[in-house]
Amino acid sequence: MAKILMKGNEAIAEAAIKAGATNYFCYPITPQNEVAEYMSKRMPEIDGVFLQGESELAVANMLFGASSTGKRVFTTSSSPGISLMQEAISYMAGAQLPVVIVNIMRGGPGLGGILPAQSDYFQATKGGGHGDYRVLVLAPSTIQEAVDLMMLSFHLADKYRNPVMMIGDGMIGQMMESVEIPEKYTEPELPPKTWAATGARGRDPIIIKSLYLDPNLLEDNCSILEEKYDRMKKEEVRFELYKIAPKNKLLIIAYGTMARICQTAIDELEKEGISAGLFRPISLFPFPEDAIYKEVTKKNISDVLVIEMSTAQMCEDVERAAVGKKPITFFGRTGGIVPSPEEVMEQARKLTDKRKPKPGKKKA
Amino acid sequence: MESKEKIIFTRPESLTDRITHYCPGCTHGVIHRLVAEALDNLGVREKALGVAPVGCSVLAYNYFNCDFLEAPHGRAPALATGFKRLRPDMIVFTYQGDGDLASIGMSEIIHSANRGEKFTTIFVNNAVYGMTGGQMAPTTLEGQITTTCPQGRNVAQTGQPIRMVELLAALVTPAYLERVAVHTPQHIIKAKRAIQKAFKYQMEARCFTLIEVLSTCPTNWGKTPEEAINWLEDDLIPYYPLGCKKDPESLERDDGAV
Ligand SMILES: Cc1ncc(C[n+]2csc(CCOP(=O)(O)OP(=O)(O)O)c2C)c(N)n1
Ligand code: SF4
Repeated sequence: MAKILMKGNEAIAEAAIKAGATNYFCYPITPQNEVAEYMSKRMPEIDGVFLQGESELAVANMLFGASSTGKRVFTTSSSPGISLMQEAISYMAGAQLPVVIVNIMRGGPGLGGILPAQSDYFQATKGGGHGDYRVLVLAPSTIQEAVDLMMLSFHLADKYRNPVMMIGDGMIGQMMESVEIPEKYTEPELPPKTWAATGARGRDPIIIKSLYLDPNLLEDNCSILEEKYDRMKKEEVRFELYKIAPKNKLLIIAYGTMARICQTAIDELEKEGISAGLFRPISLFPFPEDAIYKEVTKKNISDVLVIEMSTAQMCEDVERAAVGKKPITFFGRTGGIVPSPEEVMEQARKLTDKRKPKPGKKKA
Repeated sequence: MESKEKIIFTRPESLTDRITHYCPGCTHGVIHRLVAEALDNLGVREKALGVAPVGCSVLAYNYFNCDFLEAPHGRAPALATGFKRLRPDMIVFTYQGDGDLASIGMSEIIHSANRGEKFTTIFVNNAVYGMTGGQMAPTTLEGQITTTCPQGRNVAQTGQPIRMVELLAALVTPAYLERVAVHTPQHIIKAKRAIQKAFKYQMEARCFTLIEVLSTCPTNWGKTPEEAINWLEDDLIPYYPLGCKKDPESLERDDGAV
């Protein structure tokens, strides 16, 4: 298929359809309404299911029911809506149901604002709802990557029978870029969904649940989930490196569109003689901690700079990965304000200046 | 010599042979049986999907011999909506208590009814939160003593008990809504008829269907099973009048209630 110019939200919707997800439930919230509008047009054309629910609480629970059929289902929302979905996400993780949830993040806490933010990192990667569970979290930085990761999300959800969340800041939803969406998503074969509730014809009833009153059985279920999360940590770590070189003193770590702004900053810094590289996590759970450790501990790196549209949320995972091996500096903006390349460069300059030997002072 | 004995009463195929955990004198078990008999009679067990609530009947999936989902507290109608929209060929029912449906799940049931979702809800109203130990429910009667209204329900502070079928009947969307009870054999027969009719309407994809069943909770009412049956008859039914409140067949409601 040829490249076409598309808005992020619409590209995400079409990518889901191409991955066979023709069942969509939603509740309106800015800045992702275009997905719902697009799906409401497309679903009747292809005999899919479109339903606007009465709340995100209901929508997430509709996904629970819908996913139990074994068909691919998804929803999109934004921060306050995702908060309301946490109950069902916890239940679906416990019941091992594959489902894809997109969060086009806006600034919080509370009603916050409608401008881009990355302040739902904790919520997405650290559970969000109650209980011992994780969702697999992917973060695109371009519309093309949003398309690719959206399709991959459905595959991973089925592969692990677990909720997968794709999170993008508001820009991912609102930006227009040229994208290529394949006619059909090709993916490795998956096992048949023998767990789906399809009617007890010629077999014992199938029960989809997260309740285990016997503590041993509940622990067994938690262990099954834990094994899956361990497998994700081995098989699903994704990240990208930009201008990593032995001459770099500075390592910048950022994800999503923030990483693109950092790339621009890195290109500009190069012209000033400051050479820095970028580490961009794509999977936020599993977090690429081993790869970050490897980059951080390289001899040439003297400083790590983490940039986010939040108050140092991912930064905590970077600190965990770097285990104190190198100094970590954080810079972030909140409220829907996007750090500019100049602001990133300013931070980089401060760090490199700090390390320059002071004129007139001799080394002891 | 041929035996003259004939088996005339057996377990419906739609029930498993497990012994339920319900208290002596609790009518949850009777209601389970009526639902199972309806599924058997209509021959739909193999394409049925039940959705269990959070409440005393949370383990209903152990007793029904068909596919089941276990929903978060109050969300069974949302699960049923999601499932049925994708599988309109299957027969979907939720089984919910009054705390589950009329309190935490009020929004889900009203909107499912209003969208005219083609599933059936079996709403078990025992005027109390059974599973959590007898707290006040939205359906608890005025003056009724529970663990969170030990002086008796004060309606000036907590409002009047909610009549769910009347509330739902006020929606413009067509539906089949009936209130029944299961405290005497005659009432059980009527209840069975209503439940079966609800499933039949669902099979015909006619409308949303909900049967409210007045049920006993001797344990949390602090009564013997026999006293509980009398209290249901003397106190619950006068406030929760039995009968059909809405039927697509006769848009005129037969008791005039709204
Ligand atoms: C979100 C949430 N809040 C509270 C509970 C605790 N809880 C379990 S059962 C129940 C009430 C059940 O009462 P009802 O629906 O009337 O059913 P019954 O037990 O009487 O059959 C409550 C409040 C829960 N499980 N989840
Ligand atoms: S507590 Fe009440 S509703 Fe629950 S099983 Fe016992 S009698 Fe039945």
